[in-house]
Amino acid sequence: MTPLLLSHFSLASALGTGRAQTVAALRAGRSGLRPCVFETARIPTQIGMVDGLDTPITGKFANYDCRNNRLALLALEQDGFRQAVGDARQRYGAHRIGVFAGTSTAGILETEQLFRRRDPATGLLPPGFHYRETHSTYSVADFVQHVLGLDGPALVVSAACASTAKAFGNAARMIQLGLCDAAVVGGADSLCLTTLYGFHSLQLSDEGPCRPFDAARAGISVGEAAGFALVERADRASGGIALLGVGESSDAHHMSSPHPEGLGARAAMDKALAAAGLSADDIDYINLHGTATQVGDAAEDQAIWGLFGDRTDCSSTKGLTGHTLGAAGIVEAIIAALCLEHGFIPPSPTTRQLDPALKSRYLIQGGNRPLQRVMSNSFGFGGSNCSLILGRAS
Amino acid sequence: MRLYIDGIGLSGPGLPDWATGAPILAGRSVYEAAPVVLVPSPLLPPAERRRMTDTVKLALAIGSEAVAYAGCRAEHVPSVFASSGGDGVTIVSILEILASEQREVSPTRFHNSVHNAPSGYWSIATHSRESSTSVCAYDYSFSTGLLEAASLAVSEGRPVLLVSYDMPYPPALDAARPIFSIFGTALILSPERSGRSLAAITLALGPGDAAETAMPTAALERLRSGNPAARALPLLAAVAEGAARTMAIRMMAGNLLTLAVAPP
Repeated sequence: MTPLLLSHFSLASALGTGRAQTVAALRAGRSGLRPCVFETARIPTQIGMVDGLDTPITGKFANYDCRNNRLALLALEQDGFRQAVGDARQRYGAHRIGVFAGTSTAGILETEQLFRRRDPATGLLPPGFHYRETHSTYSVADFVQHVLGLDGPALVVSAACASTAKAFGNAARMIQLGLCDAAVVGGADSLCLTTLYGFHSLQLSDEGPCRPFDAARAGISVGEAAGFALVERADRASGGIALLGVGESSDAHHMSSPHPEGLGARAAMDKALAAAGLSADDIDYINLHGTATQVGDAAEDQAIWGLFGDRTDCSSTKGLTGHTLGAAGIVEAIIAALCLEHGFIPPSPTTRQLDPALKSRYLIQGGNRPLQRVMSNSFGFGGSNCSLILGRAS
Repeated sequence: MRLYIDGIGLSGPGLPDWATGAPILAGRSVYEAAPVVLVPSPLLPPAERRRMTDTVKLALAIGSEAVAYAGCRAEHVPSVFASSGGDGVTIVSILEILASEQREVSPTRFHNSVHNAPSGYWSIATHSRESSTSVCAYDYSFSTGLLEAASLAVSEGRPVLLVSYDMPYPPALDAARPIFSIFGTALILSPERSGRSLAAITLALGPGDAAETAMPTAALERLRSGNPAARALPLLAAVAEGAARTMAIRMMAGNLLTLAVAPP
């Protein structure tokens, strides 16, 4: 594929709001995970929660008010991102900028709350339910498009935990075909009871902070986050970080369990390398999907081992951010961009004892390191896989 | 973008499949609404078949039908799934459980609740490791899915499957988001003309105020306007007629997707 520039990006996660706080937490290995005290959830687990989401959205976007859109707005407001998109709008025109967003649960938290207040006689929801603006899976793209004043093509990719990684593929195709000149890529996934109780029922959530690649790993820590990148053609913008390759695949195995040999993961990584015109040895660091489930880490390890052997440094940042589900793709793409920009590999402090059965070159201690190209993996339910390759723009 | 439609799958009230539906949509047979019958896909192993929701049954049935018409191997076809509501029945059942004291969400219900569940089951059923995405764009989910599938087919230079479907919500959400009947359609979109090609379509995206192309009869227009996936009906009718037609489908932010349909 023709490389694209990530000319601006911003995020909000349990590590903090904006790039500076995120880099500081990543470098220090300061985990954002804490015991689950969220809404009415009573689950022995830890979560990666974002603070400061208690202020409602008011004014002309009041109907969009929900935790998910508040989180999206918080990310849009960091690092001058809205201003950068405004400048791009001046240059390209509002209808030439697409919005390719991802989410898995959108504003379902508010629907969960309204369901507890249904009319006992009719079963109907109380007033105040804004389906299109909050519950609809599309709501986050709709909200972002309106807030940023954009009029180009827009969609939500909802492919579970690969959603916001795959959205880069949509943007790359539509820009390449001239359907738009630039794109806002990203999305949000926020804490809700559906995912907290859902992963608990699957016995996939650890009671303590998640421990990627640890011998005693026992599942994920659910997190929440939002992030956005402005993606432009390299001949029409400037910036230090490029999107070099996107690879998407399916597992064809099981709805909630990865292919045991990681064949789908391998296919996604192979395709990303092919799209970028690179080989495995060109990758300096892999930010793993690494959610810390027993089978997930083992499958990804097999795929990494098959392609990279033990030559390539890799680690997961899920022990720092939690698993931000549909937002994991954009969060980790931005983490990859920050690692490239600042020349470091983040540590994995919740991993204590590496699983000796896993053979990849997993780094518990991070450190300063000049990086040219980073791969970022995102895999999800339904066997949906996506690998991204980012690099320093030449 | 110019592409060819090489296969079609269809399931809607009184439109049980493309062979039955095509003469009705072409105006050569009388339309009579009838309940949609959904059956589990024989492609899935028994364990997965038992877990199939109606949404998955619908998506797999129309996807298989389109692939059979096109004579391609599903295993090698990338896919795009487009739906506004996803699996509303499963989502509402989880919302009801979460509103109860017990909050015991079934693991199967939880994994079936994701928007990409049909894509996942399709990949399992067809043994396909090709890319598959699942998109949502509210009322514009069909046109957006079509644009994405066409982009993918042109980018990759090979046929792509589009599966678009929507189903009514249970009562609590139906009041806020009424979706009329069950409807789904699937298309095989190919960048090259083949012996199987049913129609050529040219897609153009841009701002526009033109009204959406409607269906000529009240019953089919009610279906078209009442179910996001049924926004496909004017396109399907033009293909069934074998006529050259231009039509508009509304998209987000004041955009229109203009489709010029012609015999291949």
